[in-house]
Amino acid sequence: MIQFSEVYKRYPNNHEALSGLSFNIDQGEMAFLIGHSGAGKSTLLKLIALIERSSHGQVLINNQNLSSLPKRKIPYYRRQIGLVFQDHYLLHDRTVFDNVALPLVIAGENHREIGRRVRAALDKVGLLGKERNLPIALSGGEQQRVGIARAVVNRPPILLADEPTGNLDPKLSQDIMHLFEQFNQVGVTVFVATHDHALINTLPYRQVVLHQGRLAQQVQQ
Amino acid sequence: MSFLKFNLKNYLLRHLQVMFFSLGQLWRQPLASSMTVLVIGIALALPAGLYVLLQNLNTVSNQWDDASQISLFMQPDFSDHQAPQFTAKLQAWPDIAEVTYQTSNASLEEFRQLSGLGDLLDTLPKNPLPAIIIINPSSTHLRPEAITSLLTRLEKLPEVEQAQLDMEWLQRLRSISKTGQRGISILAILLSLSVLLVIGNTIRLAILNRQAEIKVIKLVGGTDTFIRRPFLYTGFWYGTLGGLIAWFTLLFTLALLSGPINELSLLYNSQFTLSWLASQTFIALPISGMGLGVIGAWLAVGRHLSAVEPR
Repeated sequence: MIQFSEVYKRYPNNHEALSGLSFNIDQGEMAFLIGHSGAGKSTLLKLIALIERSSHGQVLINNQNLSSLPKRKIPYYRRQIGLVFQDHYLLHDRTVFDNVALPLVIAGENHREIGRRVRAALDKVGLLGKERNLPIALSGGEQQRVGIARAVVNRPPILLADEPTGNLDPKLSQDIMHLFEQFNQVGVTVFVATHDHALINTLPYRQVVLHQGRLAQQVQQ
Repeated sequence: MSFLKFNLKNYLLRHLQVMFFSLGQLWRQPLASSMTVLVIGIALALPAGLYVLLQNLNTVSNQWDDASQISLFMQPDFSDHQAPQFTAKLQAWPDIAEVTYQTSNASLEEFRQLSGLGDLLDTLPKNPLPAIIIINPSSTHLRPEAITSLLTRLEKLPEVEQAQLDMEWLQRLRSISKTGQRGISILAILLSLSVLLVIGNTIRLAILNRQAEIKVIKLVGGTDTFIRRPFLYTGFWYGTLGGLIAWFTLLFTLALLSGPINELSLLYNSQFTLSWLASQTFIALPISGMGLGVIGAWLAVGRHLSAVEPR
């Protein structure tokens, strides 16, 4: 589902963030991406979300070669990937419902379908009662769950998360991780960048470890 | 087929939603929005107002067009029995509609009546006035160039001492009005440009204000078309509302002017009344405002949207 072969990423300032990185994540797998800050985790996720492009090498996502994907097709490509961020990236002038509905509105779904799916996604993350609230009225953990609901509302085959528990206490982090597991159990490929070793070492998933832009090791718990 | 129809309905519905969403956003910032709309309105009203005044000026001068006559003052030795032959010759010219001959005695009689100097004229040994031929150019030759050409040809005739067109000042008025027209066109272009800039700048600020939102929309798969749409509608509203403001401004100004102008034209014994914009101009103001709004927004969005990329 996610295939990197000999991927290099060099920034204009000559900093090489990834050097010859190769790894695979299978369809329906759940895996963690770990490494110190500066190891290349963010760059790797940006390559998958096509926020950046690789300088060399091949990135294959869901059987699409990203280096040959034209710019105008990027939006449609991104609809196959649910993105969850550490800072949630919610729109603070819109209700929880409208935030979660955004990917469906963009995809041009009809009104009734949007209502149905948004409520299903909010139900999944346990926020069904808060759809009329503004994000500012929610706690950090709740905001993150809104972000997750938005990422999964259009049922993407891949769910990508960048430090989703970075600002949360251990109990809330565990809840979030449990949510990701639930999505994985229904067939979604889940790839989570994190440095919360204490949490992920208790979970039975592969860990892709980056060190200075290279694959340091892969640990199967 | 029903699938297609369904999608089209959805598409139009979304456009309507975005359209009113944009209007709502303007509504939520009444002060800033109304200032922008006013600036656009004034910028559109100025050339339109001048245009209306010029149109009215042309209407006035066109009314006088029909009155353009050429008077031929004949040589003193031109005698009345030469007249029928001469007028018949002139009558045959294609650019002459009507020829009226007035004998020197008739001229004298007319002068006597109009001047009230009858007794003095009786003391003159000989009638000092020439015979006059009054020529009405045919309606197809009323253009200033045609009239001038007719005038020079008439002047060259040996029997004619002087040919006179009293309408030279009309030509001057015409060329002044032509200059004015060009000036107004230039002014209209410049002010349209300023409307584009005003709208472009407003949209640029709107994009800056909503940078975070644009980034999020790009990350969840929003196309440029989708992101552009609300801004284009914002430009649409600014332009259209500005056009309406311009229209109201003109209406108000002309209402204020029409009273005094009608009085003035009554004093000059003229049928002239200040005419309001033709109906197409009535529609043209909001429509050109709308067009400028959308184009300005399009330029600004194209220029600034690519700068907002998720990092």
